[in-house]
Amino acid sequence: MARIDLKSLAHSYFPDPKTDEDYALRRMEHVWEDGGAYALLGPSGCGKTTLLNIISGLLTPSHGQVLFDGKDVTSLAPEERNIAQVFQFPVIYDTMTVYDNLAFPLRNRGIDEKRVDARVREIAGMLDLNGKLKQKARGLGADEKQTISLGRGLVRDDVSAILFDEPLTVIDPHLKWVLRRKLKEIHNKLRPTMVYVTHDQVEALTFADKVVVMYGGKVVQLGTPQELFENPAHTFVGYFIGSPGMNIMDCKIDDGAAWVDGQRIGLSNRHLEAVSKQTGKLELGIRPEFLTLETGNADKGSDGIEVNITKVEDLGQFKIATTRFGTSEIKVKLGEDEQVVGQSGILRFVPEWTKLYADSQLVA
Amino acid sequence: MNKITNNKAWFLVLPVFFIVAISAIIPLMTVVNYSVQDIFDPQTRFFVGTEWFEQVLGDSRLHDALLRQIFYTLSVLFIEIPLGIAVALTLPRKGWGVSASMVLLALPLLIPWNVVGTIWQIFGRADIGLGGYVINLMGIDYNYAQNPMDAWLTVLVMDVWHWTSLIVLLCYAGLRSIPDAYYQAAKIDGASRWAVFRFIQLPKMQSVLVIGVLLRFMDSFMIYTEPFVLTGGGPGNATTFLSQFLTRMAVGQFDLGPAAAFSLVYFLIILLVCWVFYTVVMNAGKQGEQ
Repeated sequence: MARIDLKSLAHSYFPDPKTDEDYALRRMEHVWEDGGAYALLGPSGCGKTTLLNIISGLLTPSHGQVLFDGKDVTSLAPEERNIAQVFQFPVIYDTMTVYDNLAFPLRNRGIDEKRVDARVREIAGMLDLNGKLKQKARGLGADEKQTISLGRGLVRDDVSAILFDEPLTVIDPHLKWVLRRKLKEIHNKLRPTMVYVTHDQVEALTFADKVVVMYGGKVVQLGTPQELFENPAHTFVGYFIGSPGMNIMDCKIDDGAAWVDGQRIGLSNRHLEAVSKQTGKLELGIRPEFLTLETGNADKGSDGIEVNITKVEDLGQFKIATTRFGTSEIKVKLGEDEQVVGQSGILRFVPEWTKLYADSQLVA
Repeated sequence: MNKITNNKAWFLVLPVFFIVAISAIIPLMTVVNYSVQDIFDPQTRFFVGTEWFEQVLGDSRLHDALLRQIFYTLSVLFIEIPLGIAVALTLPRKGWGVSASMVLLALPLLIPWNVVGTIWQIFGRADIGLGGYVINLMGIDYNYAQNPMDAWLTVLVMDVWHWTSLIVLLCYAGLRSIPDAYYQAAKIDGASRWAVFRFIQLPKMQSVLVIGVLLRFMDSFMIYTEPFVLTGGGPGNATTFLSQFLTRMAVGQFDLGPAAAFSLVYFLIILLVCWVFYTVVMNAGKQGEQ
């Protein structure tokens, strides 16, 4: 188990990168604390796998350093780094039994058979593979093969970190949940440093203590699931996390308030103070959960905005109303028993949960 | 389930039946005919039962040819398969080298058998052939026309030169189908180069290797043209393999009865070996799956 430092790390697949666009990973400083369970969340092509492969040593970064417990391992091969990695699609050794598959990483390191046996049985027990140890691995289904891959990642107890590259892609939904719980359990028990790459926010938020959100080759936010939800540091985080994502609108500041499509949205002093120093493109964001929608001849008052309701979706536990004023489309999350009457209503923003972004970065 | 029974569907099989009959069964029956009868002309023929088979199977010259053939085929397989795998493993995986090596490897495969024989016949001559001349220059007395061992080796080298490429190409195709993640996982698991070969590359090449072994077995077991061009089966009987022997019997001596009987035996040997090999390999793969 180790703390992993990424020092001014950057990577480009081009030999001679010029613009920012040439970098798969933009320059970053990052620390993975010892024993943390991290999720690396982001859309396809944002550099997650590149970053993971740099940590495991499958890829040598073009710039910067990787430190394990302060020791520079940038130029070391994966087998010298003492790291485990589970890949997106099952990698199993076809001709071996399940037992031999699990024992493989240990035997390669010359660990004595008694210890190998104990570890293999322990891990097989955790992953419910005990009954299948004697079977050849090639005849198993994709689920079980991937479980074996997971097992091979977990079987060594001396690794610096265990890296997961979207490991549950091929697994059935119900089993996904079980395996994620298993991983969480194993993490609580053994406290290895775990980095879990995924593009699925539910997976990230349930697995990790801390979530690292990546976008366009950059880490845009590191935080607990709650922080990401309540305080997205980047419009992408707001949009990507949450279902549906944050409402984001272009806005102007004038007369002590934000103006969106000619409608006044009240702000707090905190917002106004912070935004006065900003020059970039301003956007206003608010989560659908933090908006209120009143229908049926509701009073507009001083802070309400008249909106058209274009759609109401009932998702069982809650409803999502799509509303519109001017060119802005805004989603509102409503409780299951909140009634929507008619085609129009009054929308209210809560200044506390209203966020302002300048050039996509959170201002206040 | 209400299945409609309609036996007319069997008529759909007829075209295939005719094609197989004309292409395989009827010619083969001609051979069967000759193998159990002594035929002088279409009106004069006697049924001889298993006489031809007994005569052929008891022929010591045939035993020699068969032993020579088995030894030759085994040599071919033991050299070409490992060599083919080894070359495939060292081939480049990307860049211009891929197409360059593909073209180079495919060249020998495009040359007709008798041309290969001619090439080596000239190449191996001590007086005008570069290969033979150089070997003699090194102080080795090499002459395939006189020395049985030299002739045998020349035919073997010729085959290796001609056909190893096939194994290389097959293995290369097998290797290319292995996803990168396997190599990455092996690195992370700390696998040695040998372990990567043994547990990743070899299993993934298994199916193409089965095809390769079967093709090379059948082809080398039927080798005819190359030794025919090189020395005509000599010196002595050093390169008289089964096909030479059969041709001599059928065309040279016009012993059609024994030749037909032997043809059938020859055919059955190849069929049997291929079937046994295929079954054993495929079953070994399935073991422990249940």
